[in-house]
Amino acid sequence: MSAPPTLPEKIDPALTRMLAQATHAAPLIGCRVSPCGKFVFASSQDNTIVRWDIALKTKTVLSGHKSWVRALAFGGGRLFTADWAGRLIAWDHAAAKPDPVLNILAHRGWARALAVSPDGKTLASCGNDRLVKLWSIPDGKALASFEGHESHVYNVAFHPSGKSLASGDLKGNVKEWSLDGKDVRTLDAKILHKYDAGFGADIGGVRSMAFDPMGKWLACAGITNVSNAFAGIGNPLVVLFDWATGKQKQLLRPKAGFQGTGWGTAFTSGGHVLGVGGGNGGVFWSWTADQPLAAFTLTLPGNARDLAMHPDGRRFAVPFDNGAVRVYDMGPKG
Amino acid sequence: MPCNPAEHALSRRGFLTGAAGLAGLSAFAAPTGGKALAVDGKRVLVVYLAGGVSQLETWDPKPGTNTGGPFQTIPTSIAGTHVCELLPHTARHMGKIALVRGVNTAEDDHGKGDVIMQTGRRTEPGMTYPHLGSVCAKLLGAEASPLPGYIHVTPSGAGGVGNDAAFLGPRFASVSLDDGKAPANIDRPIGLEIGDDAARQAIRLAASERFLKKRRTAQTEAYTHSYDQAAQLMRKRNIFDTANESAKVRDRYGRHDFGRHCLMARRLLEGGATYVKVTHTNYDTHHENFDFHIEQLGEFDGPFATLLDDLQVRGLLDSTLVIVMSEFGRTPNINRNYGRDHWSRAWSVALAGCGVNGGAVSGKTNANGTAVTDGMVNGGHLFHTYLKALGFDGKKNWYIDQRPIPMADPKAGPIKEVLA
Repeated sequence: MSAPPTLPEKIDPALTRMLAQATHAAPLIGCRVSPCGKFVFASSQDNTIVRWDIALKTKTVLSGHKSWVRALAFGGGRLFTADWAGRLIAWDHAAAKPDPVLNILAHRGWARALAVSPDGKTLASCGNDRLVKLWSIPDGKALASFEGHESHVYNVAFHPSGKSLASGDLKGNVKEWSLDGKDVRTLDAKILHKYDAGFGADIGGVRSMAFDPMGKWLACAGITNVSNAFAGIGNPLVVLFDWATGKQKQLLRPKAGFQGTGWGTAFTSGGHVLGVGGGNGGVFWSWTADQPLAAFTLTLPGNARDLAMHPDGRRFAVPFDNGAVRVYDMGPKG
Repeated sequence: MPCNPAEHALSRRGFLTGAAGLAGLSAFAAPTGGKALAVDGKRVLVVYLAGGVSQLETWDPKPGTNTGGPFQTIPTSIAGTHVCELLPHTARHMGKIALVRGVNTAEDDHGKGDVIMQTGRRTEPGMTYPHLGSVCAKLLGAEASPLPGYIHVTPSGAGGVGNDAAFLGPRFASVSLDDGKAPANIDRPIGLEIGDDAARQAIRLAASERFLKKRRTAQTEAYTHSYDQAAQLMRKRNIFDTANESAKVRDRYGRHDFGRHCLMARRLLEGGATYVKVTHTNYDTHHENFDFHIEQLGEFDGPFATLLDDLQVRGLLDSTLVIVMSEFGRTPNINRNYGRDHWSRAWSVALAGCGVNGGAVSGKTNANGTAVTDGMVNGGHLFHTYLKALGFDGKKNWYIDQRPIPMADPKAGPIKEVLA
């Protein structure tokens, strides 16, 4: 695998512009950019994983899942994907025509998210069985299973120190786990959940989760202020935690009114928090940790469903509900 | 708009005044043959999945297609019949259940769709037809029961007395049990001794009789009947106390509202109720259809299967018509918010029990569920089928002041494939 490109001197989310776009025949769900920076992988509602080169010129379809996938992560030269049926598949992602090299029933019900440890040796998964599980890379051997969540576990992320991991659930409880399974503490992101008594159902959850590269902040994205669960009437929100104290540092909101869900969040090396959302259309936002309202807003052509940073730190990829995938650049032109 | 609990709270007093205050075209409508049609020992259970449950996530899944969504199918106790993986407990009972997969009610409005499913007819200007519950209360001889003929176990905040009996008269209107709880004030007031209560009732009866000699109407009939029924209801009040059930039984039904409501339904049916409708809310999933169906059907599946089990064990299933319905289904197309919208052109209804050919499947949709390709039926066919399963002929008439009104839509007939 080649080394990622050198980080550019100036990354400014306010410079964000689209570099390339391509379209798949079915709506896309989640996406990730490979550590080598050469490929974008997006999951689709036709149960496939689609690989594009980073210029979005060539496309390869990976078949093996029998259900939808929103969980994608890279480790040990492999792409790991997990689906709504709880099945975890590994692929040699750079092969000319990747085929499944590992296929494990990882969770009972939907496996919602995957994350790889900073040393690349451990894969974490989580799902509707309320479990967080660890697997060895690359052989997929089961290492541990953590119980403690009381609702579906929506997301998981390793702390950059590699000493612990975080998982967030439907009810907005964010747990820190030691690698040996100790339930260290629970952070409060309940603002991302509501039980809508009128409809008799829960809405919300930690739809995206990311640590900043230094491990100082944890961002959790989702929907808040829900007035009608079944119409999705609410506002996107990113809850920014100070990881050392476990306290909320900031509630990051759109500057202008927008109804929908925050489906993706990430950090830049310069400390900006990024977010994308979808509802009645799509939006990209950037924030600084000291301001609650977005410093920059870019309207996107469709509902954005995920946000994947390129290893160069300046580009990112977004999958859309209309089957499009787009690559954006936050660096200066030229 | 959310109901105001204060306006809808059902009390004994409200039950009385509500029943007496409802006016139909005529309370003296009678089926052909009058009481000859009454059938002892049959009853109906309707599970109403409000908002429109997805047929693709229940009875007619289409995995692997552009409309199928993320869920898989699972086999059932009937070879060749698969349902969505969200119904593992119900799947075990498919030998008792008949599926109608060719429903096309051609009405995507909640209110109008509900009218079709409750009355078997589309909304007509100047004419209101009685709901199935009121029809069954009348036909199944509910007047002799100590319990209201048409009981609606509602989610919290939706209690009250319905205006759904139309020309059958207010005594056959629905009585709602808000959150599956006993009517308020069902106990004799503290301090009122039995003897004093009886004396009070005697005075009321005497005054009522004198009044009825001069002004006998549908409303006065209902008023008198509702007093009698309220008195009987008070004597049967233990039926509403699910605390009498063991922890094990309550666990089997689930400790959530719908589980508790299903347990109440079983107690009501055992106690002589002729028609019990349990509403489970809500399935109107324009947004996040799949997450919401995991949650809602996760509540529905276990208690419903338990209820079928318990009815069978008690020897009641063969004489209880069970219907699982909504006002419509949901779009095969998955919208941009992972939702499904209203869809009445190709959806499903499930039946079980009395008069039903368990394991049968009627109707068929195309590969991705966008259209009915075989055995298309509408609300009229379903209404005929319910009546036929109970032993009645929907082509017979009600008579309103000697004017014949067909019990079910004369342009339709029963769905023979699902009838025993």
